[in-house]
This record gives sequence, structure tokens and C-alpha cells, in this order.
Amino acid sequence: MSEKKSFGFETRAIHAGAAPDPTTGARQTPIYQTTSFVFDDVDEAASLFNLQKVGFIYSRLTNPTVAVLEERIANLEGGIGATATASGHAAQLMALFPLLSPGDEFIASTKLYGGSLNQFANTFPRAFGWKAVFADTDTPANVKAALTEKTKAIFVESLANPGGIVTDLEAIATIARDAGIPLIVDNTLASPYLIRPIEWGATLVVHSTTKFLSGNGTSVGGAVVDSGTFDWSKDGKYPALSGPEPGYHGLKFHETFGNLAYTIHGHAVGLRDLGPSQSPFNAFLTLNGIETLHLRMERHSTNALTVARFLESHPAVEWVSYAGLESSKYHALAQKYLPRGAGGIFTFGIKGGYDAGVKLVESVELFSHLANIGDSRSLIIHPSSTTHRQLDAEGQTAAGAGPEVIRLSIGLESADDIIADLAQALEKAVG
Amino acid sequence: MDHDSYSDAYLKGVLEDVRTIAVVGASDNPLRASHFVMKYLGDKGYTIIPINPGQAGKEILGHRVYAALSDLPEPPDMVDVFRNSDAAAGVVDEAIAAGARVVWLQLGVRNDDAARRAEAAGLRVVMNRCPKIEYQRLFGEIGRIGVNSNIITAKKRPVKPTKKLI
Repeated sequence: MSEKKSFGFETRAIHAGAAPDPTTGARQTPIYQTTSFVFDDVDEAASLFNLQKVGFIYSRLTNPTVAVLEERIANLEGGIGATATASGHAAQLMALFPLLSPGDEFIASTKLYGGSLNQFANTFPRAFGWKAVFADTDTPANVKAALTEKTKAIFVESLANPGGIVTDLEAIATIARDAGIPLIVDNTLASPYLIRPIEWGATLVVHSTTKFLSGNGTSVGGAVVDSGTFDWSKDGKYPALSGPEPGYHGLKFHETFGNLAYTIHGHAVGLRDLGPSQSPFNAFLTLNGIETLHLRMERHSTNALTVARFLESHPAVEWVSYAGLESSKYHALAQKYLPRGAGGIFTFGIKGGYDAGVKLVESVELFSHLANIGDSRSLIIHPSSTTHRQLDAEGQTAAGAGPEVIRLSIGLESADDIIADLAQALEKAVG
Repeated sequence: MDHDSYSDAYLKGVLEDVRTIAVVGASDNPLRASHFVMKYLGDKGYTIIPINPGQAGKEILGHRVYAALSDLPEPPDMVDVFRNSDAAAGVVDEAIAAGARVVWLQLGVRNDDAARRAEAAGLRVVMNRCPKIEYQRLFGEIGRIGVNSNIITAKKRPVKPTKKLI
């Protein structure tokens, strides 16, 4: 079977990275709940510590269960390798860590998830001296205009949260390539079933695996995927990858490991020194989620389109922003980048503004009022009173999270039941 | 022979068939890729023969270093080439003359003319690949650090032990 050149997405979602346990024959990937691993002898230990051999030393760096998750996500994204992390936020930290030094800049979309905006705008500059320069990526020329000598990366979301915003990845990737810097794409909302950013020119892909990859709202986690296509050594811009690493006696990662350099650095330096590794149990649950990713993303998308159409025709609704609707300004981009569906998450504006929004989220019965997305259950949140409240009014509106905005993450329940719950809650909220 | 992509069976066949590997461009610097490859393949049980005119007569990782492939007392099964694509042409011709059965050009090294000459002489050729990475990928090790092996299987994949355990 391994001689077939390429397997379908569905097959890889179930099998990639996993094989029956070589010792016991266990078919499902075991949970290797252990901190550390014995060495054969001192020479093997030395080979492992010198990175002359890849293997297991300590679960902060690598773990057999977590490794299966890493390989599976790398495979589904079409990447050369992946590093699993404790959360999506940790994945963003880990993605930028080998690229930026204090004083460096990266360009970030103004339409990122609110938590990302906060991490980039406040914590990264204060803690690491990494300056995020924000640009509205709806007009790719804005990204080009924001480039400086210090720009080391561009960071966007393929499908942005909230608001059904589709990024023109091909246009942004061209700008990144011309500037000789990597494009990093957060692919959490779309998942690799709906879009694979590497195919459009992304260098790195980051995930919060907490969402659709896990799928059941059980496990916080993240991942950084490398395409293996970027030349880290060409101009000395990325010394962490091209220059000598003091922690490994002066080893140069890119020279020694070629296109595996970023992934090996992620484990051998990133996880070793920053420490945000994913737990084997979370990796196990997320692997089980990924086995049904293709089926779930189809249903999330069709349910979301059905609910979006209902809301678009509802008198208590001002507007619906879902890239799957013909009325969306992102519809053409969605048809290009997301032909299999526009995902399960969108926003709408409720008549009556902030107060009606608060009333709506307190009136739903089937929807869960909570700050997550990508669950099998339908979820609702009023961003301006919760996820985006750390931003000021201007920032909220720029991020598509104004006072009237409601964000829905449409689950896998019967579409009729989802609609009925929204109908009764809208009645209570707007009357 | 298609040198843009190799089947797993072809690469596995090469790695399972050869026992002695001459490494042209072998470095005594433990941070260089050639050193990593020699250490790894030596630990996997292959007999390593470093080739480096500057180090001839000395030892690298306990293996005697030869100046050139033409100095070897016996033909090596495989010649692994750590030279650039242009310089690789001459090394391939030396490998043919030395009686090698396989010539392997490292990741980033490719010379199609030289490959045709080697194939015409009956050698198997691998280009623009690393035998250490391929060994790790094909025998279930590379995924340990999150690298995509592109292997799909429902069979057990026992990791090959190091020589000390054989």
C-alpha cells in the first residue's frame, strides 16, 4: 500500500502518522503518558542529545503520541513537518520564535481573532521586542506598503474570526515571496479540509487544534506546520535557523537539516527552551477528532449555510456576514479558496445593538454561550461583551466585533433545531 | 529512471541491499551534515569509509579515511556524495571505476548527465536525497520529531535496532 503515490484526504485524516504499535500491535495510537524514555547506552544518549538521531528523550521535546498528531497535521496540510504545542497561542509564539529578534517587525492582519491581536499588539512587543505592524489585508497593497527592512514575516488568517473574512492568500503570498519573507497563515477556522494554505504559497501554517481538528471541545492544543520550501540561509535574515546555535555546540540548523530545519528547531530549541508542549492525552483526543474531520467540516459548512440563509431573511437581523452567502463581499474569494464550503463560523448583526445582543445570548437554549468555536455543539457569543472586550470601540469595529455583532459556531445538530432555537431567542431579544 | 521522485520500494531496496558506504566529502567536524550521516548510518550497522584527501590516513568516528575512491582495497557497495552538483560528476565517474553498485548524491546535489553514465554502467542512482533522512522516514523514525513520512500503512512498523542490539 505504501507504494501508492498519494492517498486521499479522508484516508490520510485517519491513517497519516499512525501505525499499529510495533511492540503490542495496538491498533489505536496509545497514550504514552510518560515524561521520559530510557537510552540504550551512553552512545545512543549522546546521539539523541546531539540531534544525530531523532528519538525520544523527554516529553517536553518529543513524545510518541504527540508525534503522531504532528505528522498527521503536517500530512493533511501538505507540509514537511509540524510541531504540536500546548495551545493555539503557543503555536503563534513558537511560529515567530525562530524568525524574530528584539527590534524586528512582522505584519499582521487587522482582522485576526481578538486574542491574537492582544498577544501581538501588547505582549509580544513588551516581552520579546517583536513589533506587530497591522495592515488591513482586504487590500493586499496595504501589506506591501507596510514592509520595512525589519519585516521578518507576514501573519494572516485564511478564514478570519469573526465575520467570515476570506484572505486573498495568493496575493499576499506573492508579496511575501517578493520581499523574501515567510507568510504565516492561521488555518484554524477553515481546517486543512477546506483550504490548504501551503498550496497557495504559505511558508508556515498555525493551528489552534482546540477547534475543528479536535472537534468536540475537549482539548486545548496547537500546531505549527512548515512547508519546507523556504530558504532560511539565503540572506542571513534568520540567524536562529541559519547561524550557529550555542545550545548545540554551534550547530547550524538549516545547513545540517536542510528543509527539516524549522521543524527540528521547533522541537530541539523551541519546545526545549519555551516549553509549551502538548500533553499526550490531548494529542490522543485530537487525533480521534481528526479521523472525522472531513465529514464534520462538510456538515458544519452545510448547516452554517442553511442557518445563515434563515437569518438573512429574518426581520430582527440587520446583516449576515458569511462567506458562503452570495451577499458576502468575500463570496468570490470563498468560491476560489473554499470550494468545499465556507466553514461553520459566521457573524450577524442584531437589530437593537449591544443590549439586544446581550439578551439574545442569554435567551438561547440549544446554543451554548461560551468563548470557543469549532465544537460539535452550536455555540454563540457576543464578542463586544466577551472575546473582544479588551479592544476599544474602534478596535472592535475594525476587527468586525462591533456592539451589534453576534458570532455563531454552527454545530452538527439538526439544522431545523438550530434554527428553531435562534428563532425563539431572536423573538425574546428583539420582540 | 525518474529522478524527480523515487518510489519507497526503490529507496528501501537500496538501503537494505548495501552494507559498505563510502562517504565522499566526509568531514571530521561533528557539526557538518556529512558527519551526522556517517554517525547515524554507522550506528545502523553500515560499514562507513570516509573519503577526504585532507584527512587521509587519519580516522573519523573510528573509521580510516582514504584520499580517493581509487585508493580503496575493495569496491564499496555505495558511494554517498557530499559535493556540489558540478563536482559530483567526477565523483560519479570515480564511483563507476571503483566498482560501486549504487551512487547516492546528497540533498541539493543533482547531475543528470553523470546519472545517465552511472546507470549505463549498471549502477543504481539516487539524487537530491539524504540516506539518513530516507532511512529514518522508511523505517519509522522520522515521525518521532513531527516530520511527515508520507507513509500510510496498517502494518506494524518495527524500528530497526542499532548495531549494538543486533
